[in-house]
Amino acid sequence: MEVLTVNDLWVKYYTISGIVSAVSGVSFKLRKSEMLAIVGESGSGKSTLGLALLNMVPKPGRIERGEVILDGVNILKSSPREIVKIRGSRISMVFQDPFTTLDPLRKIVDQFEEFLIEHGVDKTRARSIIKEYLEAVGLPERVMYSYPHQLSGGQKQRVSIAMAIALNPQVVVADEPTTALDVIVQKQIMDLVDSIKEKYKSSIVLITHDLALALERADTVMVMYGGNIMEYAGKTELYGNMKHPYTRGLFEALPRILQKTLPKSLPGNPPDLRYPPPGCIFHPRCEFAMEKCKSEKPPLIEVSKDHIVACHLYG
Amino acid sequence: MMRAQSIFTILKNKYIATGLIIVLVFVFMAILADIISPYSPVDPAGPPLQPPSRDYFMGTDNLGRDVFSRIVYGSRIMLMIVAIAVAMSGAIGTMLGLISGYLSGLLDRVLSFIMDSIYAFPSLILAISLSVALGASPINAAIAIAVVYVPTYFRMVRGQVLSIKNETYIEMAKALGLPSIRIVLKHILPHVTRTLMVVFSMNSADAILTEAALSFMGLTVQPPTPDWGFDLYKGRGFILLGYWWIMLFPGLSITLLAVGFALISEGVSTLITARKR
Amino acid sequence: MLKVGLLRYTAIRALMIIPTVLILYTLVFIVLRVLPGNPVLAALGTKNIPEEQLQALMRELGLDKPLYVQYFDYLVNFIKGDMGKSMIIRGRPIASDIVDKLPATLELSIWSIIFSLIIGVGLGYLGARARSDRVKAIIRLTGSIVFVIFIPALGLSLQLLFSKYLGLLPTGGRLSTTGYFKPITGIYTLDALLRLDIPVFIDALKHIVLPALTLGLVISGPYMRLTLNNMEEIMESKMIEAYRARGVRDSKILRHAFRHVLVPVTTYTGLQFSLLMGGAVLTETTFNWPGIGTYLVDKVMYRDYTAIQAVIIIFAIIVGLTSLIVDILYALIDPRVRY
Repeated sequence: MEVLTVNDLWVKYYTISGIVSAVSGVSFKLRKSEMLAIVGESGSGKSTLGLALLNMVPKPGRIERGEVILDGVNILKSSPREIVKIRGSRISMVFQDPFTTLDPLRKIVDQFEEFLIEHGVDKTRARSIIKEYLEAVGLPERVMYSYPHQLSGGQKQRVSIAMAIALNPQVVVADEPTTALDVIVQKQIMDLVDSIKEKYKSSIVLITHDLALALERADTVMVMYGGNIMEYAGKTELYGNMKHPYTRGLFEALPRILQKTLPKSLPGNPPDLRYPPPGCIFHPRCEFAMEKCKSEKPPLIEVSKDHIVACHLYG
Repeated sequence: MMRAQSIFTILKNKYIATGLIIVLVFVFMAILADIISPYSPVDPAGPPLQPPSRDYFMGTDNLGRDVFSRIVYGSRIMLMIVAIAVAMSGAIGTMLGLISGYLSGLLDRVLSFIMDSIYAFPSLILAISLSVALGASPINAAIAIAVVYVPTYFRMVRGQVLSIKNETYIEMAKALGLPSIRIVLKHILPHVTRTLMVVFSMNSADAILTEAALSFMGLTVQPPTPDWGFDLYKGRGFILLGYWWIMLFPGLSITLLAVGFALISEGVSTLITARKR
Repeated sequence: MLKVGLLRYTAIRALMIIPTVLILYTLVFIVLRVLPGNPVLAALGTKNIPEEQLQALMRELGLDKPLYVQYFDYLVNFIKGDMGKSMIIRGRPIASDIVDKLPATLELSIWSIIFSLIIGVGLGYLGARARSDRVKAIIRLTGSIVFVIFIPALGLSLQLLFSKYLGLLPTGGRLSTTGYFKPITGIYTLDALLRLDIPVFIDALKHIVLPALTLGLVISGPYMRLTLNNMEEIMESKMIEAYRARGVRDSKILRHAFRHVLVPVTTYTGLQFSLLMGGAVLTETTFNWPGIGTYLVDKVMYRDYTAIQAVIIIFAIIVGLTSLIVDILYALIDPRVRY
């Protein structure tokens, strides 16, 4: 049963120096209790995609085309009043930098309470919800009465997660939730995310640049480059059967403990999305690029069950 | 080549261009006063308290003097006092800032504390007190204004010196031999000049308003010397009886000249922030 | 919620005011006394006094003692509350004059700050909400220009317009009604409210509107740019994005953003308070407002050095105290401040 469906989503930024095509025709489906990892370098459009899922693309960005259907409703067409109710309660977001996403001038309890009350929870119930979810993310009750600067990065991120799940949303979008934290805390946070998936049956969209993390934790992985989907498959299928040259390139760039040689990094640079290259957007950096790749954009080809690749090699 | 290009961009900036035009108008007014002014600023030119007319472009004051002529000659005193004051405080403040920032230690601490105390104190009030103590004259007014603004330059220059010291100090430590004062100055001065431009222009605007305030209290010139603020002071009683031209034109001149400098300062600081990006 | 840390911080900062005051006192003392010229003669404005009378006068005013003695004597007396006696008006204690006039200046300052915040922060806020870049640029420019208007020019113009031509507001003084009103603090608008005396309140308000508006308008300049820039920055911040992602209403978000703007606004008010004081003196002179400003200027005209000294010290203390108050306010608004 699909909880979230994204159809042909196009997002462009109208900047002074040109029109940036941040997301070009992305579609996918997300099932209940499924964790989808969206993997890409910076500039791949993954963060913009995340914001688009909540209809929060900032100016000068615009969602040009497409649908984001949450529980049967296309939220891109919702009125401002409706969308404000949906955000935080049916779909929520955890941000990358815990240090700037909580209001430093207010106590945790005040921010948390306000958010709950805005969504119709009455005051007494709000207090108990706060306590319940702080416990669920492994924080002591006293955290409630602290100010953000009195907490560590990991603790702040847990608070953000608690707020993101407190109203039992169907989808939680986590944009690089562990990038700003150290490795040990990373594991704790990801373990927490796993447990939330299990316990509350939420679907998670994990946005990350770390392919290893995606392969380790997610159920499905979608690889993005320059705003386009390169490859999409279930975790085990992808790990054993990597098709797209870009995915392979990312994989080979990962450092491994017993490796004798240095990891191979991809040549070249990410594309300037104001003037994307014609044909396949990856072709300038692809060692398997053919003539066809320079002029024709590759379609999404189903290589095996639920495994899609955008590459002429498999057409 | 880069130098010429940057001068062009400087002048293209709307704020700087407008501000510069305004200031230059007054400067030319001061220089060409003898030619521009229709009447003598000190002798009566006609009947007193006449409203602006074709004969008396800005009207006459309570002694029958032509207001326009007094405005034109008044620019001389104003620009003279301000120029002297800004030059003095700029020179002294910069020098002290360089020395204090470079030498550090007890001297720096003591000097900084004194400068901070003066800086924190209301400049106008201090200027008034100093003017009184020194006696009312244009030179003394310039001195009073200069003293009040020395800390502004001191703090800015000292700040720049300290930041450069931290940056290049390591390099210098690597380069064997003691850094000579000349090297330090050569490195610091280019950085300082840019911010100095902003401070100079803003400071000039402040100095103009301070001079006008001092003259408004009778602390700069003696009659019959034409000075905008002083005219405002002398003409006060008449102003409220409805002889508005005695007040409007000096007041406007003061404000306009200050606005000119403020615009230049705006323009320069936007250029600097644009450069930094 | 009185924290011990906060009290200690306050105490330390309060003590720091003393050296600053001393420096200014010393500076002015040096300039006033060390420079050539007999202060009494300068004050009396004449050189023709029989020698014995001059000596007697100087003895009376304590001016015959060596300079360093005069320096310390004055200080010690000041602490005891004796600010010396006026050189002009024989035997009149300066302290009582100052106590008399201080509330007027205070009232003017407070109302000016209120007006400047309404105008400055208000316009800055509107500018931040505006869509067009042009409007924003205009507001920034207005802020810069307004700041350099010559206060007497503005003040006299407003007086001309509202008092003379429109006849809406009085020309001078603090109250038109005489006699029965008994002040409590000396701040007439406040006192009238405390006594629930509405006619007097309106009267006092009418008298203070023009001076406070003049000063307030000029001081409001920097607030426009400050508020505009900070609001813009905050509204684009990740924190606001997170608020939106949680589905918090736009109106509430603006309120939270505004609270953040209060931080730089408070800091700025503290830093520029000395500018306000200078402006207040000029405004008082323009409107003949009976505060410390006019007192100073009067004494200046008559070369009453002792009084000038006293006023300088008072101002130095006021500036120090306000800086302290602003720091405390700041610590109360922003919980991250460590003390």
